[in-house]
Amino acid sequence: MSETAGIVAEQFDDLEQQRDAAALGMWVFLATEVLFFGGLFCAYTVYRSLYPLTFAAASRHTEVVLGGINTAVLLLSSTLMALAVRASQLERRKQLVWLLLGVAAFGVIFLGIKGYEYHKDFVGHLVPGSGFEWHETNPQVAELFFSLYFAMTGLHAAHVTIGVLIMVVLSISAWRGRFDGGNYMTIEVAGLYWHFVDIVWIFLFPLLYLAGHR
Amino acid sequence: MQKAHAPKLYWSTCLWLMLLLGLTWGLGYINFGGFNLLIALGISFTKTLLIVLFFMHIKGSSRLLHLAAATGLIWLLLMLILTLADYRSRGWVATPNH
Repeated sequence: MSETAGIVAEQFDDLEQQRDAAALGMWVFLATEVLFFGGLFCAYTVYRSLYPLTFAAASRHTEVVLGGINTAVLLLSSTLMALAVRASQLERRKQLVWLLLGVAAFGVIFLGIKGYEYHKDFVGHLVPGSGFEWHETNPQVAELFFSLYFAMTGLHAAHVTIGVLIMVVLSISAWRGRFDGGNYMTIEVAGLYWHFVDIVWIFLFPLLYLAGHR
Repeated sequence: MQKAHAPKLYWSTCLWLMLLLGLTWGLGYINFGGFNLLIALGISFTKTLLIVLFFMHIKGSSRLLHLAAATGLIWLLLMLILTLADYRSRGWVATPNH
């Protein structure tokens, strides 16, 4: 019996084959996620190509400093995530727990900043609906921009929330030693998800906050 | 088992990502006309490439994973290109009864 006997499931020859299968499954899931967000990106692209000037004007009403800080927060969280995968490969249990909690903490900071931003949008009458106020040209198109803004950032925030919960659960499991003995696939797969969520934001930031030059 | 990389790789990737973020942000204040979007998307794709290659370990992964990773992007491009081909070509040809 090899030392990895308890970790490799019956249907796999070895740990490497199991790792490849897990990663493949996650990448296939991420392809469906690309298209899930892709529908919204497609709607955004069509309307922006039809109304470029109003989209640029509406984009100037978003909070670019908060959006920029949030991009940095997610990039840092992704770096910690990559280090967490490394810690689990090297079986450093304590380091892994702290890194996963760090990723979760950055996720919470991101959501806090995003929530504050939503509050400012709400107070500024930028939420589509009866309270929407627009004093420049094409108010309906501006409302369309903000509908897409809330749908895209909202769907993204839901993904960050799920990611934070995953990180907290994994850190508890890691603390209990579930990932000892070369069993790092779970952390790697969760990492793939977290990096994907980061990548979505990397596109949302320039498209929503920098659509028109400031 | 996949070899664990030195932390230096991840921190230098992080540094590049931050520099690229600063670049997108800074260039957002300059008017390049229609090129603003192209520059911003170019930087976003570069950042994505860094994350996919080094953080998501596509560099050093099997060909099968390379293919799976490219699948999402290819389908997304198909959707964008075909949809835009429709919207952008409307009105090019006069249609009777309209």
